[in-house]
Amino acid sequence: MTYEKRSDGRRFDELRPIAAKVGVIPRAVGSAWFKIGKTEAYAAVYGPREMYPKFLQDPLKGCLRCHYNMMPFSGSGERVRPGSNRRSKEISLVMERALRPVVDLSQFPNAVVDVFVELPQTDAGTRCAGICAASMALADAGIPMRDLVCAVSAGKVEDKIILDLMYDEDSAEEGVDIPIAMLANSKEISLLQMDGMITKKDLMKAIDLAKKAVDEICDVQKTALKERFNVAEH
Amino acid sequence: MSEIKVKDKEIVVPGETLAIGMDYLPSHWTYREKDKILASRLGLVVIEGKVLKLVPLSGVYLPKRGDTIIGQVTEILLSGWRIDTNSAYSAVMNMKDATSEFIARGADLTKYFDIGDWVMVKIINVTSQNLVDVTMKGPGLRKLKGGRIVHVNTHKVPRIIGKQGSMVSMIKQYTNCRILVGQNGVVWISGDDPAQELLTVNTIKKIENEAHLAGLTDRVHSYLEKRKMPHSGRNIHETDMPDVQYSEQE
Repeated sequence: MTYEKRSDGRRFDELRPIAAKVGVIPRAVGSAWFKIGKTEAYAAVYGPREMYPKFLQDPLKGCLRCHYNMMPFSGSGERVRPGSNRRSKEISLVMERALRPVVDLSQFPNAVVDVFVELPQTDAGTRCAGICAASMALADAGIPMRDLVCAVSAGKVEDKIILDLMYDEDSAEEGVDIPIAMLANSKEISLLQMDGMITKKDLMKAIDLAKKAVDEICDVQKTALKERFNVAEH
Repeated sequence: MSEIKVKDKEIVVPGETLAIGMDYLPSHWTYREKDKILASRLGLVVIEGKVLKLVPLSGVYLPKRGDTIIGQVTEILLSGWRIDTNSAYSAVMNMKDATSEFIARGADLTKYFDIGDWVMVKIINVTSQNLVDVTMKGPGLRKLKGGRIVHVNTHKVPRIIGKQGSMVSMIKQYTNCRILVGQNGVVWISGDDPAQELLTVNTIKKIENEAHLAGLTDRVHSYLEKRKMPHSGRNIHETDMPDVQYSEQE
């Protein structure tokens, strides 16, 4: 069997339409909204602020703390128990590790930077959308960063290596989903997960697809960050 | 052979290339990677000859020695007061830095400063662990009675103050309010007329929103000119308290 055509008519190496905005949550120190296809993520950054509980404080450098949450109504509409679960805890952790290499918190001993990512609408690729939004929100919050982080998923459905999976592709039988996060400049990989089985050759192809897409995502992020200061907001 | 990639006063994002080649030098919030100079936070590029630096546009306050800040007393300690600095780090004001009065052993410290009081203080020391010491000994440093507090972005404070305090004096002139601006982005406003206080708050918010755009002073001037109200009663800032000496930032 071969996968002939994607359900939304995209090319196999094409991203879904992307939109982004920075400064969407006025009370947060930094915030951003990132939309890719039907997946939408809001990120809010608070801090550096005092770390509680105190035993989590690190006297050598500041901590980064991520919180990922899919809203109960965000998926297909079936009832989901609100609040954190095993999956969201894991994604919070990998998001923190994806962002960790770019942020420099050495000036903020004992403090914490909190990143909250909320997803009001989801159609696969939520952790990638979350990382893209979080990276913009961190920049907006004035956190010292050496680069931006961009993330996208790649994978394989039947015989085709594809970019930016939708939910029907993600959940396809024998489908492979590989979320990848990269630093915008150096293309160093800061997140690489895999769900499914894939050969080494195909994996490298998938990573190459993601590498090309990262530039496109990064441009959207940069434009959104700069636009925040173009007009006086009210 | 060096090439500069950005214009002066351009907004850049983290990781953006500012210049290629070894002829330029990285300064505040920029770093060198091989032959490139890159931005390490969101900010405005300032080109000073061969030196490239960024002026931050956003972010929370980080205590710095010599800053005059407005804080709130949050705790009574054994020999002083803990003061919230509107940052990740609270400050300690020791008894001997708070007043020249004699305070007897075991005296009730809330007589001097109680929890919830707002104070204008100066940072005398910041350690490597960001433990902050503040003092109230200095011109204009005091407890703030009454008035209202407005929080602004700490990086916009130099714009609110203006060159040699020109902006803040202009607002004072038009609104007849007392205004004190802390480096930490806390502003204290007190006037006889609540409407005037409100105008001051709105003006400060306007400056905060438009701080990075050119022609700020003229816009604020016309904004105040349009909304100015007749002064009610006495002229406040002629009469009392010595003003804090504002110096131009950076």
